[in-house]
Amino acid sequence: MSQSEVRATASAYRQWRKVKDGMATAAITAGGISVLFAILLIFFYLLFEIMPLFESASLEDGNEFSANSQAPSLYLAMEEQAEVGFSLDGSGRADFFQTNDGKLLLSKAIPLNGAEISSFALDSEVSRIFALGLSNGRVVIAKHDYRTSFPNDKRLISPELRFPYGEQSLLLSEEGPIDQLAISDSDDELLLVAVSNGKLIGRRWVKEEDFLSEEVTLVEESVDLPVLDMSADRVLVGPDQQWLYVMSNDGGYRLIDLRRVNVADRGYLFDSGKLNEARFLLGGISLLTASDHGEVGQWFVVRDSERESGYRLQAVRKFEVPKGSGATLVTEHRRKGFVSVSKEGHLDLFYTTSHRRLLNADLDVGRISAIAISPRADMLLIENESGTRYSYKLHNEHPELSWSALWSKVWYESYPEPDYVWQSSASTNDFEPKYSFAPLAFGTLKAAFYAMLIAAPLAICGAIYTAYFMAPALRRKVKPLIELMEALPTVILGFLAGLWLAPFIEKNMPAVFSMFLILPFGILLFAWCWSKVPISLRRLVPDGWHPVLLVPVVLGIVSACVLLGAPMERAFFGGDMRAWLTSDMGVSFDQRNALVVGIAMGFAVIPTIFSIAEDAIFSVPKHLSYGSLALGATPWQSLVGVVMPTASPGIFSALMIGMGRAVGETMIVLMATGNTPIMDANIFEGMRTLAANIAVEIGETEVASSHYRILFLAAFVLFMFTFFVNTIAETVRQRLRLRYGNL
Amino acid sequence: MSLHDANKQGLVEWCKRGEPMIWMNAAAVTVSTLAVIGLLLLLAVRGFGHFWPASVMQAQYSLPGDSSVPILAERVEAESVPIEQLLSAGFKINADEAFVRRELVKVGNRDVGGADFQWVITRHLENPEYPVDAVVVERREWGNFYGFLREVKEQGQVVASGSDDAGSVWAAFEERIARASEIHEKITKIEKKEIGSINYQFEKLRLRERGLALDPELELSRRQAIETEIALSRAELDIHYKALQGQLADLYTQWNRDSFTIETSGGEIREQRMATVVKAYRPNAMHLGQKIVFYVQKFGEFLTEEPREANTEGGIFPAIFGTVIMVLIMSVLVTPFGVVAAVYLREYAKQGLMTRIVRIAVNNLAGVPSIVYGVFGLGFFIYFLGAEMDKALFAEALPAPTFGTPGLLWASVTLALLTLPVVIVATEEGLARIPRNLREGSLALGATKAETLWRVVLPMASPAMMTGLILAVARAAGEVAPLMLVGVVKLAPSLPVDGNFPYFHLDQKFMHLGFHIYDVGFQSPNVEAARPLVYATALLLVVIIALLNLSAVALRNHLREKYKSLEM
Repeated sequence: MSQSEVRATASAYRQWRKVKDGMATAAITAGGISVLFAILLIFFYLLFEIMPLFESASLEDGNEFSANSQAPSLYLAMEEQAEVGFSLDGSGRADFFQTNDGKLLLSKAIPLNGAEISSFALDSEVSRIFALGLSNGRVVIAKHDYRTSFPNDKRLISPELRFPYGEQSLLLSEEGPIDQLAISDSDDELLLVAVSNGKLIGRRWVKEEDFLSEEVTLVEESVDLPVLDMSADRVLVGPDQQWLYVMSNDGGYRLIDLRRVNVADRGYLFDSGKLNEARFLLGGISLLTASDHGEVGQWFVVRDSERESGYRLQAVRKFEVPKGSGATLVTEHRRKGFVSVSKEGHLDLFYTTSHRRLLNADLDVGRISAIAISPRADMLLIENESGTRYSYKLHNEHPELSWSALWSKVWYESYPEPDYVWQSSASTNDFEPKYSFAPLAFGTLKAAFYAMLIAAPLAICGAIYTAYFMAPALRRKVKPLIELMEALPTVILGFLAGLWLAPFIEKNMPAVFSMFLILPFGILLFAWCWSKVPISLRRLVPDGWHPVLLVPVVLGIVSACVLLGAPMERAFFGGDMRAWLTSDMGVSFDQRNALVVGIAMGFAVIPTIFSIAEDAIFSVPKHLSYGSLALGATPWQSLVGVVMPTASPGIFSALMIGMGRAVGETMIVLMATGNTPIMDANIFEGMRTLAANIAVEIGETEVASSHYRILFLAAFVLFMFTFFVNTIAETVRQRLRLRYGNL
Repeated sequence: MSLHDANKQGLVEWCKRGEPMIWMNAAAVTVSTLAVIGLLLLLAVRGFGHFWPASVMQAQYSLPGDSSVPILAERVEAESVPIEQLLSAGFKINADEAFVRRELVKVGNRDVGGADFQWVITRHLENPEYPVDAVVVERREWGNFYGFLREVKEQGQVVASGSDDAGSVWAAFEERIARASEIHEKITKIEKKEIGSINYQFEKLRLRERGLALDPELELSRRQAIETEIALSRAELDIHYKALQGQLADLYTQWNRDSFTIETSGGEIREQRMATVVKAYRPNAMHLGQKIVFYVQKFGEFLTEEPREANTEGGIFPAIFGTVIMVLIMSVLVTPFGVVAAVYLREYAKQGLMTRIVRIAVNNLAGVPSIVYGVFGLGFFIYFLGAEMDKALFAEALPAPTFGTPGLLWASVTLALLTLPVVIVATEEGLARIPRNLREGSLALGATKAETLWRVVLPMASPAMMTGLILAVARAAGEVAPLMLVGVVKLAPSLPVDGNFPYFHLDQKFMHLGFHIYDVGFQSPNVEAARPLVYATALLLVVIIALLNLSAVALRNHLREKYKSLEM
């Protein structure tokens, strides 16, 4: 091989190595950046999942078609899929039509037997039952119903008009036409209340089911009503058939208790203005009233012990809408939201619990005569006075949340006062979800507080001794042992806390409390006595071995407390401290309480705090304390005067990191508390933390529902909190390291 | 002040010197250390004690005012309680003492008496004795049975009875239990393995058929060919399945051949099928050697067998297996990524404010609550990535999700993300500890950066990577909260690794030791009976994690020693 060939090979080889080097650089850079990107992804993904919670609603133009009937609709509605609409006009004609082009599917005249419709009442949007009051004092009850079938794998919705109480009308008033009507249809009875000739008339039909044939027969009863001292211009009956709301056009109201036949409350709905509309929110608990002065109020009945009747009608929230007469309200079928539309086409979309205005739009459709919202709240159907109907797509996925709903007191339906409540689900469909983070955040902080109360002194004192006083030989054994504790799975701590510690504390309460009191004094007493022991004996235990000396002392005191616990309980607490606590002290007691969590979680964070604080104290340059000792300070004085001030940022960061861990810990809290979301600082009661709440609830939520996203929000809050706390701690530590370097 | 006159000083001076505070600090160390040791001891005593064959006590239990009840039970624990508590609980006791000793006994026979455990007042137990012929029968259902063996029957005919020499009944009994267990093993093998595999293939065929229906572009002839193929395989499987069913029916008759009668302490005679028995023993007749053998056997069963009775009895093998498999997959994922990220941060990235921020962020991620990772895993991996994968790759199985549901893969990936900071931090620390001159020496000799990295830096940093990995594994093995969201179940029907192609089922749900503890301890219907098993499981988990951690510590120390010689 000639020299040039060698050179060529070598250069080719060098080239190849250079390529390899470049490739390695590229690969590692790409890999590294992508890993770091993956970490960032957590943050952005959580953010992406919770963003929709804070978006407002939006409207999208849909179709426009003309109504088949000339008369304006008394009632407009849609079925589940929002494919078929229903309208009822003043002549009793009921039309079912397609919502995309207005094509008539079915048209039926409700048999009125020559009378005219004088009033209209809706049972509820969900039951789809409505009643027509007639000029001859009779009432027809009908229901618009839909059947869905799948011939040839295609969805076919066949509408029909049904008469649950027969096509025959029911006689309600013998006084003349029915001017106002309210209906409530439950499983047990049908209740009709009417205003006829200025008088209030009520009648109920009790449904009696034959046991054998399961046939239902109606038994008619009259309803006693108190005499009114005002004009009744609007009536509504709640679904539980206890409350009758009577309103006058000038805003006066009477709340009538149908069970006790009295007027439970009276007053005015507005300061000024006339009543435009009154309607129930989903569930029939809240009443929505609109005045022509642009005010919509939400009211419900709350218990009031100061009143003779025991109840009052409470104004809960107010919503601002533009002034004007003829505003129409329409409520959502599945949630506690509603839409308000003025005659001129100004549309507002509200959600009651979160007190949020989600949409504010001006529709250019002329004067509005009727409006409907689809059951899934994804479509609006609006009819104007010239008989044209417009459909709009509505996007309003998550109206339930607002800053105030999350963190402030909210007045929930049927609650006597505003409160912080977390209750995300219930068995009924018309339930008002209560998403207040306050009890969860409180529980989280409560658990962390008790944990820190136990962990901080033990860990920091332990760290001080281990780093500054302990004999090196002992330190080499103690430090790994406590650090091993850090690796202990929290599920084991939780299990021991829940199944061993909680019953143990419940059984040995006096022992546990006396332990907290006696242990420090016992140790000090021993230490004092030890200083009096002859020097020859004291020499046997060299300096820095105090903890070993204390082992029998601690064990002795603990076992003495446990042994004497029962006699103490007998002597001071009548043999049962738990019963004494609940009955004599009035403190409620859960077996799995904050004390148990505090001890178990304290145990989990001790090693974290200990090892960081120990590192901080141990790495204080030795010459500082030597200097202090040389100047005549005692070891304790040099520790307090020189070492601790230098190491205190390190101890602070240890506490912060410990705190971060306690806040995010899941399994211990899940297993060692009852997980009830209550706000009570009582050490003998449990709590529910943000982390445990996620673990408990996320398995049963529907993907992308509001509840699901709220749990993501909880995770995000935890993430941000710990990230923030840890960043402070880490920055402080890095500063400290720099300072040690300079010393 | 010298030590000699120290004991002459007064209290005030003693306090001034800070002695009390020093002692209190020392006490904090003592208390923390004792708490750790006490916890480990508690786990060890309760966990190991579970497998010891406890003696069975027979006694007459008569509360004043009640008729006396015979009792045959294992003693579990004893305590003394103030008499007021018992009186308020409705016990009729003469209140002449302040404290009464009561004990918890395991009476078993849940099908007879209703409850497994009972509290009894010790001083009302009369004539306690330990009869040698008391038998403990561990059953597949209904928990333990305590009684006296009377007869052994074959097809209803008595073959040995208590009136013969007791030894021969026992011998016949043991022999038939062994036979029944052998048949049971065969049945399990057929049901789980062979029929399981056939069902798996049926499912595959069904999916293939559905895939065919979803593919409109396939030629007609090709389609027909595949359809006939499917029909053929299905027919073949059907024949196989029928044959296995025949075999099973046969085995079941054999299994149910024998029975035995056993007398409870109350004198009631019960006939039971031999097939229901897992194990039977006479603890009072065992000597120490036998007990030790029994103990070892039970412990072995605990490690290798599947759980029974809603996880409250039997072994925890699937949980151990699930934990190990998940941790292995996680390790395979986390090591390369963690190391590459660390190498990038330390060796390639330009050191400055940005790298400092990234380093702090990575450090902090180790402190982010694990449940947050669980939520992220559930949302991003399962409902987003998994659902997209299903649409693209497993459309024929929809709407049943394949990867769009919690499973082994996502659990491993989530934990890999969770432990990534641990590996990055440990590796970076290892890289930082490598002396500069070594790197410079290599570069000076003409090696490229990549070569230096590959030949010098990485081998030297390998113990640090190992440490990081072991710490990651220890953390992953003990983590439960995120796993509850991303793939762990209380009872997985099959292991994620089996004999069916592709042998390794990443989409399956699995069992996990930590979750097993949570589930059995807190969600089980019979917590009292399951508690010893939970202690044993917890002990096992602690031992595994402690070993992993200790080896990490040892590796770290080894690494430090190694570099001491290089730091000149």
